[in-house]
Amino acid sequence: MLKIENLHVSIKGKEILKGLNLEVKRGEVHAIMGPNGTGKSTLASVIAGKDIYDVTGSITYKGKNLFDLSIEERAREGIFIGFQYPVEIPGVSITNFMKTAVNEVRRYKGLEPLTGGAFLRLMEEKKKVVELTAKLSNRSVNEGFSGGEKKRNEIFQMAMLEPELSILDETDSGLDIDALRIVANGVNQLKTKDNATIVITHYQRLLDYIVPDVVHVLYDGKIVKSGPKELAVELEEKGYDWIKHEYEAGLL
Amino acid sequence: MNSFTQYIQQLFANEVGGLFAAEPAPLREARQKSMDFFLAHGLPTRKMENWRQCPIDGLVQSDYRMQREADPYRPVEEYFQCQVRNLATQMFPFLNGWFVHPDAPLTKSANGVITGSVAAAVKQCPELILPYLTTTHADKADRGLVALNEALFNDGLFIYIPANVKVEEPLQLVSMINTDDNLLINNHNVIVLGENASLSFVHCDDSIKYGKTLINNVTEVHLAPNAVMHYYKTENKDADSLLVNHLFVRQQENSEWVSNVVTFNAGYIHNAIHLDLDEPFAHANLYGLYLVDKSQVVDNQVFVAHNAPDCSSYQMYKGIADDSARANFNGHIVVRQDSQRTQAYQTNRNMALTDEAVVTTHPFLEIYADDVKCSHGATVGQLNEDAMFYLRSRGIGERTARMLLMYAFANEVTDKVTIDSLRERLANMVERRLSGELTLCDQCRLHTSDGKVLIFDVDPDKI
Repeated sequence: MLKIENLHVSIKGKEILKGLNLEVKRGEVHAIMGPNGTGKSTLASVIAGKDIYDVTGSITYKGKNLFDLSIEERAREGIFIGFQYPVEIPGVSITNFMKTAVNEVRRYKGLEPLTGGAFLRLMEEKKKVVELTAKLSNRSVNEGFSGGEKKRNEIFQMAMLEPELSILDETDSGLDIDALRIVANGVNQLKTKDNATIVITHYQRLLDYIVPDVVHVLYDGKIVKSGPKELAVELEEKGYDWIKHEYEAGLL
Repeated sequence: MNSFTQYIQQLFANEVGGLFAAEPAPLREARQKSMDFFLAHGLPTRKMENWRQCPIDGLVQSDYRMQREADPYRPVEEYFQCQVRNLATQMFPFLNGWFVHPDAPLTKSANGVITGSVAAAVKQCPELILPYLTTTHADKADRGLVALNEALFNDGLFIYIPANVKVEEPLQLVSMINTDDNLLINNHNVIVLGENASLSFVHCDDSIKYGKTLINNVTEVHLAPNAVMHYYKTENKDADSLLVNHLFVRQQENSEWVSNVVTFNAGYIHNAIHLDLDEPFAHANLYGLYLVDKSQVVDNQVFVAHNAPDCSSYQMYKGIADDSARANFNGHIVVRQDSQRTQAYQTNRNMALTDEAVVTTHPFLEIYADDVKCSHGATVGQLNEDAMFYLRSRGIGERTARMLLMYAFANEVTDKVTIDSLRERLANMVERRLSGELTLCDQCRLHTSDGKVLIFDVDPDKI
């Protein structure tokens, strides 16, 4: 579904990703772990289509060259990024935002737009995924939301848009244990054999809830180590210094 | 003397022995004084500070016609319907500068409320209205157009709300222009609220036919102690029209003023508000929104004078200029020496969407008291790129994302409207304006030619 080959990304002359390779198939959950500043969020931004980088290498998504698609086309093709720092947009209601997004995606797929009633029913149904009970209709997107609410709102949007490939960037950061459970449950509910998820995280604790098929360690702009879910536990025990030493010793 | 001034002089000379001949002497004298002022100072020029950014000299022509009497009466429902959903108002239609009514130009209700034509009020209750009509507001050289209005006004809306009367249903003034001629219109509206009185007032300026009209209106509002007035203004004018509105507000102790001026389309529009907080604890909220594109011009001039201690004023004006439109905001606050404990705040936020659009903003605080809280903030910017990215990353196309953000930007102003149906209607009009669907106010259209009434219904769920 997603194939990244020899991806180099730099911003203002500074190279952040230095030849990254990754392949994700339908039905899989991948975790990308790594210390701060190694390029985890940059990878998510590049896939989303943020246009501030110099990029070489290739990203193929569902057989298409991702770089040929605009930001919105990527989303309409089923890519969803759960952002680490969701933007506050005063004045745009969540209802209006999601209705517009859902219907633009439907139109792209040749489907009729949802009627007002059908949309509201869908929204009520999907709110349950992340245990949102509050009325959203009068609230602006992320405005005045706590950190936890913002992350829940991201997963709520994911539920609404039913993406094929979800990339969750540090979705666990800033969450207390209850919010973490709710967010993780939401992600698990949305998992099917046809979609794929990439979880980007600093800590292993999220992976207690969202169990990955593969764990990758990103270090110095490359994936330096991949393994089964037990790798996350090992990382937690030994710390990133372990990776650092092995990497610098040329063992990885 | 230029040709416009000559034309006005001739027009005035004719009406002294015509329309104005039977008026009370004090009014005729006041008209003459105002005419002298106009002849002395003429039209405001681009050399004057308040007319520098959006000058009107050069746009005014010399071949206007002033309509000397009302069109023959036809029931307004035959040709006009205001379709603001669920907005129940008592409507006062003006057509080509004259109040439209079947028989009684002035109505006095059992509770003492007087409403109707200024021209009729001059005849029927001069003791109430003449003190206002004989007091000039043309006290500065750049008020030539105010003087012109005071000299030449033929009609206007008079609203008198006695003490302790709270008018439940909003009153609505709709000014319609329907003629092929180049009309010159001078309407002078007088609104007086007694102690503890309250009123919501909706004021719509709309073009019906395309013509090179010059509308030069003055509205004066007088709020007695504890009076509360909400004033909502919508402006939707065609490209060739010139619209100048001067609004003078005087507030006594503990009175409250809220205005919300929304410009959807302009030819050339100059909105000047001059607000005097004359006694302690008076409060004013002034909101404004202007959405202009193509070569439209809109100028908002807000002057707030804190003439007494313990008053507060809050201004928020926002604007979006697209294409080669021009928008200006001058916000001038004066805090007089003895006006201690004044609170005066002002913000003006603008979006200039193209390199050709010109937006200027001039916050100006003049403070002579020392115990005050004042602030101002003015910005001219573009769309928030991070928000654009976020919206697009959810599948929303660039154009729609832009519209959503502009809508959100504009809605901060319309959200302040407290009449639910009007707020929803304005929000809907903003949305359609930004998506390019709203040109002229499709709700306020005359259909005299084919006799049909157009009812344009909009699905509020649609975005």
